[in-house]
Amino acid sequence: MIGNIVIVLFDGFAFGMLLFVLSVGLSVTLGLMNFINLAHGAFGMLGGYVAVTAMRQLGLPFLLSLPLAFIAAALVSVLIERTLFRRLYRAGELNQVLFTIGLVFVSAAIATYLFGTGQQPIVLPGWLRGSVEIAGLRFGVYRIFLIVVSLAITALLVFGLERTRLGAQIRAAVDNQRVAAGLGLNVERVFAITFALGSGLAGLGGALAIEIVGLDPSFGFHFLVYVLIVVAVGGLGSITGSFAGAALLGIGDVAGKYFVPEIGSFLIYLLLVAILLARPLGLFGKR
Amino acid sequence: MNREATLTATQTTQAPGASLAWLRSRSRWSVFEIAFWLATLLTFYFFPSYLMLASQIAITALFAISVDLVLGYAGIITLGHAMFFGLGAYAAGLLSAKAGWGEPLTGLLFASALAGLVGFVASFLIVRVQHLALIMVTLGLGLLTYELANALSWLTGGTDGLRGIDTWPILGLFDFDLWGYTAYSYTLATLFLGFLISRRIVNSSFGLALRGVRENVRRMPAIGSAYRGHLRKIYTISAAIAGLSGALLAQTTNTVALEVLSFQRSADVVVMLILGGTGRLYGAILGAIIFLLVRDQLSGINPQYWYFGIGLLLMVVVLFMPRGILGGLARLAGRDQ
Repeated sequence: MIGNIVIVLFDGFAFGMLLFVLSVGLSVTLGLMNFINLAHGAFGMLGGYVAVTAMRQLGLPFLLSLPLAFIAAALVSVLIERTLFRRLYRAGELNQVLFTIGLVFVSAAIATYLFGTGQQPIVLPGWLRGSVEIAGLRFGVYRIFLIVVSLAITALLVFGLERTRLGAQIRAAVDNQRVAAGLGLNVERVFAITFALGSGLAGLGGALAIEIVGLDPSFGFHFLVYVLIVVAVGGLGSITGSFAGAALLGIGDVAGKYFVPEIGSFLIYLLLVAILLARPLGLFGKR
Repeated sequence: MNREATLTATQTTQAPGASLAWLRSRSRWSVFEIAFWLATLLTFYFFPSYLMLASQIAITALFAISVDLVLGYAGIITLGHAMFFGLGAYAAGLLSAKAGWGEPLTGLLFASALAGLVGFVASFLIVRVQHLALIMVTLGLGLLTYELANALSWLTGGTDGLRGIDTWPILGLFDFDLWGYTAYSYTLATLFLGFLISRRIVNSSFGLALRGVRENVRRMPAIGSAYRGHLRKIYTISAAIAGLSGALLAQTTNTVALEVLSFQRSADVVVMLILGGTGRLYGAILGAIIFLLVRDQLSGINPQYWYFGIGLLLMVVVLFMPRGILGGLARLAGRDQ
């Protein structure tokens, strides 16, 4: 029983870390521009397909396809942000929600056209497969890899946000956009960079997710709900909040599905509604 | 809309009678409206083979109207309204399948009352939150209901759907036929009834107060308007109407699939509303007609074209016609309110 709990905690934490990589970008851009981008999951899907193509068509190793997924998602997202999204910053929540849902529809249709509706499996390198045994419990190697990568990204993000010039600019813009602009900050540029980084991370998350949850054209929709829960529960513009929210959701999701498979998802949504009603700004939200 | 608000404001300062006259002038029937409702009857003669589709459209239009009341008029963005649609469908379906009572009109009332009751309870949660949290709470409640229905498969039939519904003839006279004559008459009549109620509501002073909440929540308490009460009221009414449309679906198709509660349905109805134009009731009907007709045509060829088309259409409408097709037409005709 204790062993089961440890394994569930481990798997849940690994899943949570995946959710964190997928959603942290949305949390920061939402906090920065108040732009509700439901197409965030679509950038994750893009990253996934880029990784699949890179490995299959170009024969690149898995580790090289990951940065490629990041770069592709970042480039495409900044292109879309500059041409389309920026027109909607003042357009109201409903229009933002609908426009980005439209984008999810279109991207799912394009993915189906190019790759078909089937799952896109990838072959991991040998050293990432299998599991290791510690104290009689078997831990999946890929999940350990996932946790290590995510923790490294978290450390990088926290360091970047706390210690670098760009990080200070982002924090200033999140806290008060007007004052930041008044001090001479180019908020739009800061936002474009943040948007690219956040979407790039989603792309990376999409590539990392293939082994855990698979990849098909419904990825953007399927993960939208998870990503939104992380953002809403964690609070806007907070890396710590997203981290805690993602870990909580990941563990809750895996534990729910393991111990009470019938009502596991039900409990997750119940928790979501309860948290939001008690703290509408999320567990770590300030505004 | 702002002009509208100022108009009323000035008129109330003049005399209470003037503002009442203004409201009354708004609720006068125009030629276009009468022509539209007469045109819905033409389906019987010109497209008799499409009557089942037409009744689907009428059901969806009623659902879209219920969402228009909360989203278009009161400004509550909801991504979980299928919750009430599905509740109504299951209530009517279970009444027949498990309790053996297949009388359609009482079934409608029962389903509508139940959905309204749940809507009333949920409305207390809805008015507590705004912005992203509001969207997430509506989404969460919708998903919650879906999972609940899935978990209660002994009652709802789960993913297999609810079977064994037997709807009795309407008023004991009109049996549901294979071609959908009864189904379309029945759904059209209910749609018209729901429309009349909604029309009465939005053209009342209560409807005006709702628009005030939509335009500026903070000013409403300042002019002495209890906006939370207003929101609760309209949310409850909207839930009851959504339940009505769900019950219609259960009774005309004699089956309830888990899909009635799905996120897809919640999202689709908002899409229809935006296409047609929010805050003008007819936008909801027009949106439902276009959406279902195009889907019927396109998904026959390839469902993926359908998603591509609807996604592109959404983006274009948001960018270039933020008030939807009817809003865009009204602006072209210079009759913008």
